[in-house]
Amino acid sequence: MAYSDKVIDHYNNPRNVGSFSKEIPGVGTGLVGAPECGDVMKLQIKVNLDTGLIEDAKFKTFGCGSAIASSSLATEWLKGKSVEEAAKIKNTDIVNELKLPPVKIHCSVLAEDAIKAALADYRGKWGKKEAAAGVTAS
Amino acid sequence: MALKFPIFMDSHSTTPVDPRVLEAMIPYFTEKFGHPGSRNHPFGWEAEAAADKAREQVARLISARDPKEVVFTSGGTEAINLAIKGVAEMYREKGTHIVTTAIEQRAGLDVCKRLERQGYQATYLPVGPDGLVDVEEVRKAITDKTILISVMFANNEIGTIQPIAEIGKLAKEKGIIFHTDATQAVGKIPVDVEAMGIDLLSTTAHMIYGPKGVGALYVRRKNPRVRIAPMIDGGGHERGMRSGTVPVPLVVGFGKAADICGAVMAEEGARLRALRDKLQDKILSSLDEAYLNGHPEKRLPHNLNISFAYVEGESVLMGLNKEAALASGSACTSATLEPSYVIAALGVGAELAHSSIRFGLHRFTTEEEVEYVGDRTVQVVTRLREMSPLYELAKEGVDIKSIQWKAS
Repeated sequence: MAYSDKVIDHYNNPRNVGSFSKEIPGVGTGLVGAPECGDVMKLQIKVNLDTGLIEDAKFKTFGCGSAIASSSLATEWLKGKSVEEAAKIKNTDIVNELKLPPVKIHCSVLAEDAIKAALADYRGKWGKKEAAAGVTAS
Repeated sequence: MALKFPIFMDSHSTTPVDPRVLEAMIPYFTEKFGHPGSRNHPFGWEAEAAADKAREQVARLISARDPKEVVFTSGGTEAINLAIKGVAEMYREKGTHIVTTAIEQRAGLDVCKRLERQGYQATYLPVGPDGLVDVEEVRKAITDKTILISVMFANNEIGTIQPIAEIGKLAKEKGIIFHTDATQAVGKIPVDVEAMGIDLLSTTAHMIYGPKGVGALYVRRKNPRVRIAPMIDGGGHERGMRSGTVPVPLVVGFGKAADICGAVMAEEGARLRALRDKLQDKILSSLDEAYLNGHPEKRLPHNLNISFAYVEGESVLMGLNKEAALASGSACTSATLEPSYVIAALGVGAELAHSSIRFGLHRFTTEEEVEYVGDRTVQVVTRLREMSPLYELAKEGVDIKSIQWKAS
């Protein structure tokens, strides 16, 4: 199977690889997938608790090239978005951007799951503090 | 010598045609185009003589007593189908049970599954962590309904060589027909149907530097005389076991390829084993948590299969894409989207099946290629581990199996 240029680019030059300490205020972590299925994504967002905007995002992925590309792209898209906007990222957007073939759609689904999990973790951990600062996290 | 990319190191899938093989084939496409079944003119005689010579060459490579025991087919898959289905149909009155293994090639497994749907029974023997079948397990699986034991000679993923002579001896003792899928072994290691008690043997030309589209089934004629029902009816070619015009150019290529393999096997095997060991040492000494799959010694000399914990196989292949052609047991590289059932059968866990990479050396592999592929593999795996959440967790001391994973 041939890969699209964008998948190859993200695979060769993955954006935002790395990890944040979970103790940093505003950090939300999503860990989705399963090793026995061949895909695990860890996606983290760092939200500015004053503005409610995602100021940084990082990922680490165990998976095929398309899984790596999907999570790399997700971190790129997350940066600068509000938590509400981030929740609107759909797997189909990732499929279209990376031109993923049907057998790789699950990679984009996993990336969407990772975003949702990171947002949920963020809300659970920091949502109250954010609310106190006058920003709603829902 | 400058390296030429991509480097082919996937010789368990196919091999390039040896130039000497191609040279032998060419006249049979053009001036010597006769049908070997044409009994009444020189074109036919010439074609028949060529096919007979090829039959002898293939027979010699597997130490068959009589060239007539070699039945040409379209390849390994057809030979396996013909062997198992042919015995099942022919001996249905005698019994309906087949003993095979869980790590056969898809052809072997799928034929047995089809037969199960038709009222036969099959036992799929497990293998040990080293990929070996236990002969005692074979013995225990035999019932009074068993008509066939079908165990592959050497595995196409991990290269593990089964105790074929011992199984052959057991089959003789029990009076059961013994088939072996030897597509990966023939031409690479000594195969002797007489000494090993093999009654049926499947093989293919394109794994031994011959053309694609031709293979053979060895069918024993004496002690015992094995009979099989044909799958393809027609002109009664190949002693009635496989009708259809014998593809003379392909068969000639198969014969020549067999001839060359017989002549160079010892030397070639030793050379490839040394190169394979070098590749294995380089990789295993450079990376932690890289595991050899299969038996360390009872293994094809040109085979190397390693699981790289915490990285997924397809992503490793992608990193080497333009440089080297390898294979992986990862689900993403299989047509079924399931990880390798062979690696899984070793009991190592599905995650290590997803992480397996198979290297297949061949006649034209050079030392420079081995060094290059070894170095690049280490680099790619190292880079991918840096972006693997599992590697990170492992380095933090987290037991990955303790995490409640939610599969999407």
